[in-house]
Parts: sequence; C-alpha cells; structure tokens
Amino acid sequence: MALLQIAEPDASPAPHERKRAIGIDLGTTNSLVATVRHGLAVVLPDVDGRPLVPSIVRYGEEGVSTGYAAMAKQALDPHNTIVSAKRLMGRGLADLDDERRFPYRFVDAPGMVRIGTRAGVKSPVEISADLLRALRERGEASLGGTIDGAVVTVPAYFDEAQRQATKDAARLAGLPILRLLNEPTAAAIAYGLDNAAEGVYAVYDLGGGTFDISILRLAKGVFEVLATSGDTALGGDDFDHRVFCWIIEASKLPPPSAADARLLLVKARVAKEQLTLHDEIPIVARLADGTPVDLVLTRATLTEITANLVAKTLLPVKRALRDAKLAASDVKGVVLVGGATRMPQVRRAVAEFFGQPPLTNLDPDEVVALGAAIQANKLVGNREDDDWLLLDVTPLSLGLETMGGLVEKVVPRNSTIPVARAQEFTTFKDGQSAMAIHVVQGEREKVVDCRSLARFELRGIPPMAAGAARVRVTFAVDADGLLEVSAREEASGVAAQVTVKPSYGLTDGEIARMLQDSFAHAADDMRARALAEEQVEADRIMEATTSALAADGDLVAADERARIDEALATVARLRAGSDHAALRAANATLNRITEPFAARRMDRGVKRVLTGRRVDALSD
Amino acid sequence: MIDFSRNHFALFGLPERFAIDAPALDAAYRRLQAEVHPDRHAADTDAERRVALQSSARLNEAYGALKTPLTRAQYLLALHAVDAIDERDTSLDLDFLERQLARREAADAANVAADVDALDALHAEALAEVRALEATLARDLDRDGADFAAARPRVRELAFLVRLADSLDAMIAAHD
Repeated sequence: MALLQIAEPDASPAPHERKRAIGIDLGTTNSLVATVRHGLAVVLPDVDGRPLVPSIVRYGEEGVSTGYAAMAKQALDPHNTIVSAKRLMGRGLADLDDERRFPYRFVDAPGMVRIGTRAGVKSPVEISADLLRALRERGEASLGGTIDGAVVTVPAYFDEAQRQATKDAARLAGLPILRLLNEPTAAAIAYGLDNAAEGVYAVYDLGGGTFDISILRLAKGVFEVLATSGDTALGGDDFDHRVFCWIIEASKLPPPSAADARLLLVKARVAKEQLTLHDEIPIVARLADGTPVDLVLTRATLTEITANLVAKTLLPVKRALRDAKLAASDVKGVVLVGGATRMPQVRRAVAEFFGQPPLTNLDPDEVVALGAAIQANKLVGNREDDDWLLLDVTPLSLGLETMGGLVEKVVPRNSTIPVARAQEFTTFKDGQSAMAIHVVQGEREKVVDCRSLARFELRGIPPMAAGAARVRVTFAVDADGLLEVSAREEASGVAAQVTVKPSYGLTDGEIARMLQDSFAHAADDMRARALAEEQVEADRIMEATTSALAADGDLVAADERARIDEALATVARLRAGSDHAALRAANATLNRITEPFAARRMDRGVKRVLTGRRVDALSD
Repeated sequence: MIDFSRNHFALFGLPERFAIDAPALDAAYRRLQAEVHPDRHAADTDAERRVALQSSARLNEAYGALKTPLTRAQYLLALHAVDAIDERDTSLDLDFLERQLARREAADAANVAADVDALDALHAEALAEVRALEATLARDLDRDGADFAAARPRVRELAFLVRLADSLDAMIAAHD
C-alpha cells in the first residue's frame, strides 16, 4: 500500500510526529480520559488534579456544565441535572420499570426515552455526547491539539442498541471513534502489557451496579477473550444496602422515611469504604425525629453480612470458566476492576477461589481507561515496541425465530468476532412467496424469553413446493460487536438485508434474568422445545393429509377414511395439550395410517406425469 | 490478505489430517489474525477494511472448525463429499443407541435425585468414550486410502456423545 500513502500525503504523518489518541471510560457514576505518553498510559486529570469526572450533565441557565460543576448544583436543580445517563442509553420508557426513581421529566419517544430540560428535549445519546465533549476537550487541552482517534469502553454485556447509542454519542461529540472496547478487555490490556505476561487471565469487575467476569488468553501478543459472563443486578450498591439494613436492625428502627433512608445509606457507604482501611468504624447519625443512631460496625460483621453477595459473584465466574473449558487453577493472574473490589473480603474470596492473590498494582478505578488509551494509541497508528492484537467475543447468543416460536441459534455466545455465519431455512407451505425473518438475542430456547432485535421480510420467493426453497440467512458481527443480517433465496437470488439497529435494547435486569433463567430453566426449555417441535410436525402432517384428501379423496375407501379421520382428530386434540410424548405417538400413528394412501397418490402422480409427456411429445 | 479459495487446513498450512498439531494451529491462527484483523487496518480505505473484516471472519470460521475434534472430523468428511450430519439419515447403530438411551435415563434420574457423584461418573464415562472414538477416528481417517464414508457412523456417534457430555456438564453445573 506504499503507493496509496504517496498519493495521500496528508494521511501519513511525518515519522516523528505522534498522533493524538485518547481512551475514554464512559462510566455510570464516573468517567475518565487517558492517553499514552512516553510509552506509558496515564489518566488525564483536571486543573485541580482530579482524575475522575462525575458522569453528570447539567443544562443550566448559563449553559451546559459537566462533572463536579454539574454535581454541585444537583440538589438545587434536579430536573435539569442528569445523573447516570448511561443507564438510559438505548432504552425505551417501557424498559425503565423504576422510572420514578429518576427525578427527570421523561418524554416517551419511539426507540429511546427522552428527557425534558431547560435546554429542550434531550436524548441519552445527546446527554452522553455532552459528557464526551468535555472529556474530549480535556484530552485536547492536555495533548495540545485535535484528537486523531478515540476508543470508548462499554460493559461486556451491552447489547446492540446500547453499543450503537454509545457510538452515536461519540460521533455527536466530535470524537473520531476507532472502536468500542469491552471494559474487562480494556482492563486486561492495561495489565497484560504492563506485566508483559503470557497465559490465561481473569478480569473480575465489580462496579457500582453490575458484575462482569471475563476470561482471556494472552499469547504471542494476541489477547483472546475466551468467555465472558456476569450479573447485571449485583454491585457495590448492594453492599451499601446490606449495611443499611444492618443499621436499621441493630438500632431497632421502624421503617425509615425517604430522607432518613438517604441519610443512612450515605452513612452505610462511608462505613463500608472506611472498613477497607480500618478494623471497625463508628456509625453516628440523628434521624429527622431526633432518634439517635450510635453503632460500631466491625470488619468482621461487614464480612459476615455481605458473605452471600461475595459468593454470588463466584457463580458467573464458574460459568465463564466452564464456557472457556478451563479450571480456576489454569488462571495465571486475576485483574480487579471497580471500586468495590477494594473491599478486603472481596479480595480474599477471589484469592481463595483462584488460589492466588489478585493483581492490584493498578488503580481499579483507572485501569479500564488506561487499557482504552493503550488500544487507541495502537489503532491510531502510533508504533510502539510491543506488538499485540485483541480478539473479542459476542456476549450473548444471536439467533432466529423458527416454527413453533423456537430459537435457532446462529451465532452462539462467546464466538470470536468478527464472525459470519449462515444457516439455511426452507418454506413451510406450497407456493409460499415471503418469509419473515425475526432476529433475537439471548440464551433461552423460546422466542418469547429472548430479546427481539429486528424483523424483516424476504419477499418475491418464486412459487415452489413446501421445502423446496433454500433461504440462506447470514449473520455478520463486526469487530465492534454490531450485527448485520441478510437473507437470500438461493435458487432465485431474491435477497433482503437489515443492519440491526433495534429501537431499544435489553434492560440490565433483563440480561441478568435471561442469563439466569436459561440455566434455571434448561429442563423446562427442553420439554417446551420437544413439544413445540411435535406441534410443528402435527401441523405439517394435518395440513398434508387434509390437502391430500381434498385432492385425491377418491383413492380412500370408507373404512380407511374413518381411520384417517380418527387419527387426525387425535392429533388435533393432543396438539392443543402439553404432552409431547403422546403427541409424538399420535403423529407417528397418523403417518403410518396414511402411508398406503400416500403410495397410491404417488402412483397416480406418476401416471399423470407420463400422460402429460405423451401429450407434449405428440404436440411437438 | 488471505486466499479465500483454500480449505481450512491449507489456510493454516496444516496437513489434511484428523490428528492435529494443536499448538501449530493456535500459532498459525494468531499469526494470520495479527495480519488481517480489522484493527490492523483501522486507518485503511473502506474497501481494505471490508477485506480485513471478511478475512478475519474467515479465519475465525476455519479456526472454529478445526479446533474441536468433532467439527474437525465433520469438516474432513465434508472435504471428501461425505455429509456427516445429514438430517434425512438419522440412523445409528442399535447397540450404541440402546446404550446411550440407558445412559440418558440414568442421567435424568441422577439429575432429579441431585446425585452429583453419579452425574460426575457418567460424565467421566462419556468423556472416556469420546476420547476412545477420537482415537479410532484418528486411526481410520489418517491412514492411506481412508474410507471417509465408512467413518460416518463413528462421527455421528461422536456428535451424540459430545452432546451427552455437554448436557451432563450443564446438569452438574446447575447443582453447584
């Protein structure tokens, strides 16, 4: 490609000139921006030396403010001060079962929810873009010029809609986005390169509201994500809540008012954080009615009341290891991400499970941004001595709806991306001219239990007998994890395609529930699948028998007809029930009884064709 | 840029054999991905980036097919025009089928009784049979003048056993 570079001198900078690249950790609570300087990844602080930017945007009378400035006015102007816009990315109003928890003026809109502010109606994408713009400006001020490339991180469990919304926000903020990067993967990059290690690594990411685990293999400069799992309804906030409940119980308080509850939750969080450094901590407060709270919480008690939360994080860890076909002892190092991993009981549990102390030489709040900066530096084309590549995976299975409301998985979860997979389907009825393609995401067997991503139709299939058309449906997931689906009838070449931009995606709770359900309901699903398959078969046989009787009913004697009708009625009755074994037996009976009839029809068909030939031959 | 006309084995510079040099496969996969992956072409033209995307996806497909013995066996048979998993022909050796049905029943019973030890034992048994079948396949498929069509029933049995082992694994995990 040397010629190309000569033709486009602007595209290739002078050898000594470095491009300006930044990595952004766009967090729910806090965001960070980092860059690689003199071969080292560093977080860029503000003028006061603070590395974190609270993920808050305020639309004030005097204009837009972000971070600490917006946070200062939060209590005074709650309607116009937007906190945690990340939770709203790619979400419809219907997805927010807890919308009243937010003090915003929500406006329902097709696709994604909007918020009415002083500056007009804003979408979460625009709000995130305002935050990203502030981060971009911090990067530009620090690097002394416009940014050439940026990498923005997303949770591994973000679905299509959330990824697309994040990418849109970056574009809106004027960021030249090179890649969306999964947060745990970013952390592994930050550690892997710092420690110049080879082998299998686990990234244990306990954030404020979610838990993620990723298993990666680093070999010969290639990072390969082997498996990823998590619990999107488990985080540091749950630990605060346990302490809060303990305060109420230990002080024998009645259910607190909203204001008292907020006060005690803050006390609980502070106590939890202090216990990382101290063995015990006093909790002192005075409630609105004057009731005093005066307790001492020890680290031992904290460990005891949060033990089942810590244990809960180990379930997805085991699942991810199983998906990767590895044992805990195969893991060479464990990387901790998220402020909640500072808790000693969490570190101890991780150490016990993996049989080694976790790696802690990087700040768990900064490690994701550092990894993003390293990848941005790489993608923008700044040559460093180390040479490495990242191979990531799809977090959830992608599939299609098939007959009977079942899911045919086309791209299983934890497939390395980019990936292209094709599956062939056929028509169900004679002369069927269109096929509906319904794309879903999730682990369950039935469509209703998965997330609908997109629907489109393949039209113009030429008339053919049932089962003769060959419709090839191709799923292509690019390196950002974004999906495109196309369908094509092979004989006629009729084609249709859709880039999956769903109107809205899964709520975090939904992903957690879907994943947990898929494991809890494996047996139910198998039964449901067996039943649905038999129902499809029943429909097929009944349809075929009925139309055959209509066409060639004269080939059937009266007593034979009575037997067929009886078998048909049995199938129809069991079709409505839930006993798949009985339905299977009935299907088989109907099949057997109609066999002689089918043979006679075949004979007649052959005779017809031969007769036709002769006529054709004569007319030639 | 990779040669899309080559088969999976040729793509990685490996001989067309069932018994495979796994470290060589891993190394070849990583080396090729390091060349063609879209991340290596982030600053290239749209057309070059599309080629990178397709090449990388092709490598993932080929690597996925060769990585596990079952998919590798199916692919080898397919190269010799034998469709191992033909939906229209679901015949299996009757003895084999009876043994597996008995095993399925034992697994379901142990699962209902939450007898993890019994599930573990069945799992180990299934895995041992998987290994034995793989050894048989290596012997049958890798010899000169191998009869690929004749190996078809073994591949189908392997598919059956791998599925059984997977579902036992899932049952054991559910009792964790």
